[in-house]
Amino acid sequence: MEIPQDLRYTREHEWARNKGGRIVVGITDFAQDQLGDVVYVELPDVGDPVKKGEAFGVVESTKAVSELFAPISGKVLEVNAPLSDAPETINEDPYEEGWMIVIEPSDPKDLEALMDAKAYQAFVDEQAH
Amino acid sequence: MPQRTPLYQNHVRAGARLVEFAGWEMPVQYEGLLAEHEAVRTRVGLFDVSHMGEVIFRGPKALEALSKVFTNDVGKIVDGQAQYGCLCRDTGGIVDDVVVYRRGAEDLLVCVNAGNRQKDFEWLASHAGGADVSNESDAWSQLALQGPLAAQLLQRLTKVNLSQLRSYRFAPGEVAGIACLVARTGYTGEDGFELFCEASKGPAVWDALLEAGKPEKIQPAGLGARDSLRLEMAYRLYGSDMDDSTTPLEAGLAWVVKLDKGDFVGRAALQRQREQGLAKKLVGFTLTDPGIPRHGYAVQQDGRKVGDVTSGTKSPSLGTSVGLAYVPTALAAEGSTFAVEIRGRAAAARVVKTPFYVRK
Repeated sequence: MEIPQDLRYTREHEWARNKGGRIVVGITDFAQDQLGDVVYVELPDVGDPVKKGEAFGVVESTKAVSELFAPISGKVLEVNAPLSDAPETINEDPYEEGWMIVIEPSDPKDLEALMDAKAYQAFVDEQAH
Repeated sequence: MPQRTPLYQNHVRAGARLVEFAGWEMPVQYEGLLAEHEAVRTRVGLFDVSHMGEVIFRGPKALEALSKVFTNDVGKIVDGQAQYGCLCRDTGGIVDDVVVYRRGAEDLLVCVNAGNRQKDFEWLASHAGGADVSNESDAWSQLALQGPLAAQLLQRLTKVNLSQLRSYRFAPGEVAGIACLVARTGYTGEDGFELFCEASKGPAVWDALLEAGKPEKIQPAGLGARDSLRLEMAYRLYGSDMDDSTTPLEAGLAWVVKLDKGDFVGRAALQRQREQGLAKKLVGFTLTDPGIPRHGYAVQQDGRKVGDVTSGTKSPSLGTSVGLAYVPTALAAEGSTFAVEIRGRAAAARVVKTPFYVRK
């Protein structure tokens, strides 16, 4: 289970990466593994507002539907459009090519409230039991 | 505590992800649903289906008694032949859909759905009509070997002449030295076999098939692939696409209802329904808008709910979203259009011919 050190994490298994003040969001390796083969993804439009802890999209595996929750509040700056034609990218490369949206944060401090890699690792270990 | 099949340890060793299904702890996937689906469509996959139940009718009254609770004409099949059909209530509602294996006129094996083991046994025993009805579900392991390379692989492990064993025929014989019923049946739409053996021998047959199947790149396959494979064929799943409140006519199973074969439980109700016409019908559809239909989603016409999606997935073989739904008969013809409500959005759908997938 890969958990990059430099990212922040939610209890719903999204990750957030600070890229020069803009926040890139995706789902974790653990999340994609639990979901199984991802076959469909529904993402917001550029310019849409997102709110911390609220659903911003949906990811579906062949068997299940899962909502995607925004790790922070803000506005959608970019959407990974190629995912709609290649949702399997989320399984193959959840932390890089499988990113979902970029958020312009309304409060930069939101990010610090999220789990760091160590805390997320402990959280995942707990879930596995 | 969910029940486990005799193959539980084999699944753990194979790295399966286990989930609870119909009271059973079953493998939902090993490698991944899509990989397993493709293996069955192009090579060969191996499923543990030991959660399925086996109810046996024995004795001089066996055939007659079974015929009285079964919608299909079981009198038409011969020893060594299998037949699909339904068990119905007086109302015509479906108790279960089953496969009957005629080992002899006085020895018929009824393969029932996992979740219905006890219900079916009680139902059948209460309609025994002098036959000896026994629930042998725990006495059997059942494996499904499915895919275009299933026959060539299995032939190396058995003396049963598979080239002479046609679809829906079965024969007793050894597989890897273990006594089995070798049946050319399945739930995937591919050529393949279902192997019934003594419960404790299931793991040995499983291991032998995986070992012998290495040249064919055999793939253990879970319930996830089993569901996507059956849905591409529009095979109905009891509990999702039909239940005690739906009839075989509504479920599109008129082909296994033989109203003229003589009396059976549910016949009068089904006869009446056929004469009066159906209010709703199960149809196959594809989505023409993005999205994936799921069990329980609403079917809409002009913004009003008119039916229910009972199964849906993104077809791994076709790449399109397909599903089954109960719709008013007026919307059941091929080419009819309606909407499926997906998270508050109306996604356009069109009724299509089934099966969705046609074997190449």
